[in-house]
Parts: sequence; C-alpha cells; structure tokens
Amino acid sequence: MATGVFGPERASVEARTLRPDRWWLPPLTTFVVFAAFIVYSTWRAFSGDDYYAAPYISPFYSPCLTDNCVEGSNDFGSPIGWWGLSPALIILIFPLGFRLSCYYYRKAYYRAFWLSPPACSVAEPHSKYTGETRFPLIFQNIHRWFLYAAAVVALILTYDVVLAFRDENEDWGHMGLGTVILLANVVLIWLYTLSCHSCRHVIGGRLRNFSRHPVRYKAWTLVSRLNRNHPQWAWLSLFSVALADFYVYLLATGAFDDPRFF
Amino acid sequence: MGYPLSMRLWRGDRDGGALQDFTVEVEEGEVVLDAIHRVQATQAGDLAVRWNCKAGKCGSCSAEINGRSRLMCMTRLSDFGHEDVITVTPLRAFPVVRDLVTDVSYNYVKARELPAFAPTPPDADGKRRMMQQDVERGQEFRKCIECFLCQNTCHVIRDHEENKPAFAGPRFFLRYAELDMHPLDTHDRRELAQSAAGIGLCNITKCCTEVCPENIKITDNAIIPMKERVVDRKYDPLVWLGTKIRRRDDRTEL
Repeated sequence: MATGVFGPERASVEARTLRPDRWWLPPLTTFVVFAAFIVYSTWRAFSGDDYYAAPYISPFYSPCLTDNCVEGSNDFGSPIGWWGLSPALIILIFPLGFRLSCYYYRKAYYRAFWLSPPACSVAEPHSKYTGETRFPLIFQNIHRWFLYAAAVVALILTYDVVLAFRDENEDWGHMGLGTVILLANVVLIWLYTLSCHSCRHVIGGRLRNFSRHPVRYKAWTLVSRLNRNHPQWAWLSLFSVALADFYVYLLATGAFDDPRFF
Repeated sequence: MGYPLSMRLWRGDRDGGALQDFTVEVEEGEVVLDAIHRVQATQAGDLAVRWNCKAGKCGSCSAEINGRSRLMCMTRLSDFGHEDVITVTPLRAFPVVRDLVTDVSYNYVKARELPAFAPTPPDADGKRRMMQQDVERGQEFRKCIECFLCQNTCHVIRDHEENKPAFAGPRFFLRYAELDMHPLDTHDRRELAQSAAGIGLCNITKCCTEVCPENIKITDNAIIPMKERVVDRKYDPLVWLGTKIRRRDDRTEL
C-alpha cells in the first residue's frame, strides 16, 4: 500500500516533489566531492609510500608508528612495529571515524549517498526507515569518543607543524611553502575539531545551569560561535588535508621543489 | 502596478483531488495569501484555506508553495517572477481535510504526551529565581509559533506514516530541549526524548531548520543537544562510571 506523501489520507499529488528549483544540485555536488576524496584518500592511504619529505610529513601518515615507516618520519618511535600494512591505516581510522560520525557529515551523506531524504520535501525512495535506532547507525552515538581521538591526532599534527620550522638537517629557522600549507591545514583542522557539536556539548552544553559554571559558560559561548560555521570548517579542512598530503607527495616523488622563504 | 498571476491550487479532499489552474490579478507588495484570498473572493468562493493573523505569528496558514513548506502570509509575490506559476498545496505530511486545509491533530497528540514543566519548590520568600544567562538560553525556543512546518517537512513522518506513533518530531524536540535545559525543571527528559519521543529516528538532515519561519536553529540548538544528552545517559561509559562512583545522578548539580 502506498505510504508517506502518497498515503491514502494525504492530498493526492502524483509528483514526488513540486519543487521547481535545482534541489538535486547540492546533494550531487556533495556526492561528487566526497566520492573524489574517498578515491584519493584510499589510494594514498594504501600506497604506503611518498609521504615524507624532510621536514614535512603527510597528515595521512602522522604519527607514523610502525617499523616500515620511512627513515626520519617516526617522531614517536615504533610502538606498533609489527604492523606490515601501510602505516596510514592505523591512524586514519580516528579522523575517519570522527568525520563519519560528525553531525554535519551525517546530514551531508544521508542526503547525498543514501537519499534519506535527497532534499527537503523531496520524497525519499526507501519504503522503510529506522533512523539511527539500530545497528549499525546506532554507533553514531559514539561520536564524542572519536572527538577525543581526533583531538589527539590534531595535537600531533600541530607538533608536525612546529617541526616544519626546522630544515632537513633539523636546524631551526626554516620556513617553506610546505610549512605554510601544513600550518593552514592544522588551523583548519583545529577549527573543525573545536567547532564540533559534541565538543560544544562536553565543554558546557550539557549543563542545566549556566550561572553556576561561569567559566564553562564562557567556553560554551566561544565554541558555539565556532559551531555556527561547522559545515564550512568541515569542507575547508577536508580540502586542506588532501592538499597537504598531495603537496608532500609531490615533494617526496621529486615532482616539485619546496620554495623556501627563509 | 498590478499583473495577472498564474496559480495552481490543490482542490479536493481525502477521496481525491487535483491541481487547478487560476489566473488572478495581484498588486506589487502582496503575499501568496492575498492572491489566494482574491481567488476565493472572485473565482472559487468555496476554496478552503486556514489563516488568521496575516503577520507570521499565528502559524495558521502553513502550506506548500512550489513544493516547499512555507507560511502563505510571509511568502512575498516579489520572490517570484511575473511569469512564474505559483503552485500551492496543503501540507503533505498530514491528512487532508479539504483544499488547502489539513488535519494537524497529530501534533496536539504529541504535545499531550510531553510532561509539563515541573519546577522546584519556591525559595523561602515564595519566589523562584533564575539568572539572566539561563533565561536567555530558552528564549530562542519560545519563539516557536507552532506552524508545524518543521513537522511537515521532516521525512521521518512525511515519508513514513508508520513512524508517527513513535516519533514526536522537531517541534517537540525543541520543547524537550527547552525544558531539559531549564535549571528549575525537575524532570529528567533524556529517557523520554529517546523512548517516548523517538529522537533516535532523527537523522539530523536539518530540513526542520531550513523551513522554520522564526529562524530557530532547531537542529543545532535543540535536537543535537538532546541527542548528546541521551548519549550522556546511555552511551557514554565515563559519565555512567561517574554516576556509579558518586552514587548519584549528577543532573541536580548541573
């Protein structure tokens, strides 16, 4: 039996939507860009090569924690030395999980990939819907755990930027185009991480009584200000992390020489 | 300067209906509701349409204009070109009564399921006190005019009638959030938000926020905070451990 907008009690309109605008353009754009990123990051994560060009390390591979890391890239030793696959696979799971369970990305991919719904007031094609109440989508509730892990990764990427102010001989006082790219990337990643809805909740949103917690209230207002632009930080940091990785790839393969400012 | 406006209005009832074409003379500065009133006055005297304040504050004239959930009294004709055809249908998430009027009683059923504000006992002088920053937090939620456009556009019930018994909808998540954030309310609404109101069914695709005529950030400021509060209670082992060690639910301290 027909259900939803085609149900027997609803106003009978044959069209799935009467919207004349190009409602399909935003989900299509999201689909194309996300799919391109998935293809690119999968290739780079599994390649296990060309991710280090002193003093720069690709954000996909930091921290490099295995025995098969390129010499000079494992600033934190090799605590997972036995790992035989690409070292990126160990690390990427945290930022990947953070983005997959992010409230903004959920909106974007539910619309673009699962068409649930494709756009507002456009009937979705699925006959059943259980939302995030069952396996596997009930695991979206662990977003805040990925937030904590992603914050640790962001700290390490910040450390990488500090090290990018050394030259290939580990002497301080260096700055190249790579330093600028890694710095811009880490700023955007911090903006994305700190503007997260779970971060907003943990910082102060969970309070019932702001007046009893003035410091947390102040922190909450600051995070709330960042949170308004969370989708923007999500997109920009997605581009910046891919760009930073690609730049290191170009340097590591010798396709490009890092312009040095000082 | 007036001009002839082409409109398609849905006419019918539960037994059937269709879009009917009308051409009506309209003036600059008018809104969709004005055009519909003129159709009613000049061409279709029995056209059913619900309206009241004509000022975007009563929430009565909700409809779908060119497929989007909007208030007819707040949709300016100047948003459209003179050659555009404006299509108006009743809300498509609710049972139709006749023409542009729907039965929105689902929303009142859901309102009754939500426990009312239950404040703490007053202070010794008989008054209850709240600080300004706590008052301000709930102001945004109280702007709601109950037009039910958010309910209408929410695909959880719009596209899945079977979810209606289990799902309260964005308007009521707004109310759950307002009360759960209220420092004087004594209920713990996290359990209800998940079990009775079905907040887990929401996949935060933000259509409710897009259509709100009061520009309330329903998803960011009400639904996601309520989802996070449910996580506090049910899916966060650290919070759970804290309540066990201290042998009390920390809600009273918050």
